[in-house]
Amino acid sequence: MIAVIDYGAGNLRSVQNALGRLNQDCRISSSPEDLRQAQAIVFPGVGAAGPAMTALRERRLDQAIIDAIRRDVPYLGICLGLQLLFESSAEDGAGCLGILAGTVERLRTSEKLPHVGWNTLEQTRAHPVLDGIDGAAMYFTHSFVGVPRDQSLVAGYTVHGTPFASAVSVGRALAVQFHPERSGDAGLRLLARFVESARAAA
Amino acid sequence: MLTKRIIPCLDVTGGRVVKGRNFQQLRDQGDPVAMARSYSQEGADELVFLDISAAQEGRATLVDLVDRTAREVFIPFTVGGGIRDVDEIRTLLLAGADKVSIQTAAVQRPELITEGARRFGSQCIVVAIDARRETGSDWQVFSHGGRVGTGLDALAWAREAERRGAGEILLTSIDADGTRDGYDLELTAAIADAVQIPVIASGGAGHPRDLAAVLTTGRADAALAASIFHDGTYPIAETKNFLRRQGIAIR
Repeated sequence: MIAVIDYGAGNLRSVQNALGRLNQDCRISSSPEDLRQAQAIVFPGVGAAGPAMTALRERRLDQAIIDAIRRDVPYLGICLGLQLLFESSAEDGAGCLGILAGTVERLRTSEKLPHVGWNTLEQTRAHPVLDGIDGAAMYFTHSFVGVPRDQSLVAGYTVHGTPFASAVSVGRALAVQFHPERSGDAGLRLLARFVESARAAA
Repeated sequence: MLTKRIIPCLDVTGGRVVKGRNFQQLRDQGDPVAMARSYSQEGADELVFLDISAAQEGRATLVDLVDRTAREVFIPFTVGGGIRDVDEIRTLLLAGADKVSIQTAAVQRPELITEGARRFGSQCIVVAIDARRETGSDWQVFSHGGRVGTGLDALAWAREAERRGAGEILLTSIDADGTRDGYDLELTAAIADAVQIPVIASGGAGHPRDLAAVLTTGRADAALAASIFHDGTYPIAETKNFLRRQGIAIR
């Protein structure tokens, strides 16, 4: 079972629909117990970091996510589901999950913010979920970006005036700044590879 | 590099796509889900549904349409038309819309932009502005589908929408709309310069070169069009090829 984390704000339907298209059942859940039992976890976050962290703590999902990633459960973080993995966010001055060393900062760019639209994922190293997707256009909508202290966490980057980490990974946890569930065929391919890797890990 | 977006707009009423926004001579254009699917396959970057009936009884039909589209089309889509409050926004987002476009209600109660952005995030709040040229380089905002003057200056209103948390502006020139003579480049550039957030230009597309002009001279981030795509005169793929040949960054 793949658990899709519900903290009361995310647009879960698009992830659920995309997994449904791949014939993968999922359980939308706000229960820490479900995360403990899940074979894989998808965290589609939208909105602002502060309220999202508050909602995660209220539901005791914060520790459940940290534990799952420590146990190397396959994890796919989307958008805010990437940013919250870092230590803190300049958005709302929020303390985050602290799984990855680094912070979340407003993108320093001469281009428009928010960064909305289709932009290219440039893969920087081999990754079982990203291989074969390198160079595809993905749909982004955000102003803040994860800034890892350890560059080896970066699995892919994207340029919006300046390059930023658009995919980070550690163990079986992969997090992307774009929305694969809204990135057409390329996004569905990424999700299919995540589902395959989760089944292989089970 | 961020590409410019090409967005077909589907005017829907009673669960069907229709042509003609002035409620006269509405011509059936087809099933919105089927059209959304084929536009997505042809390479549309995004879709916009506008409920032109915006009548209360049409709401359930619209929510059902959003639900069915979201199951089959995996590119972003925006739903607008007659949205009045955060509960309606929530209903449409839960049905599978990625963004909502608000217009008249935002003019009447600008707090709706603030409330929507705070609750659901700026990324899903699109403020639609219908503007008509007054004198020289002044444009007035109209509400109620372009019928009622609001007295608001378009540039000032765009800035306020941004300040309140709008994630994008969907800008329609009332003067250009339906003419097929091209977008209002001056209006679009003025709004694009007035705000940091992306601007989607609408109204007046008759040829791919009009899209090219609004994406360059007009400084728009995205171009929305309806009839040139629905008619099949300039399919999405052909339009995008034309824009690429003009040196415009296109997915």
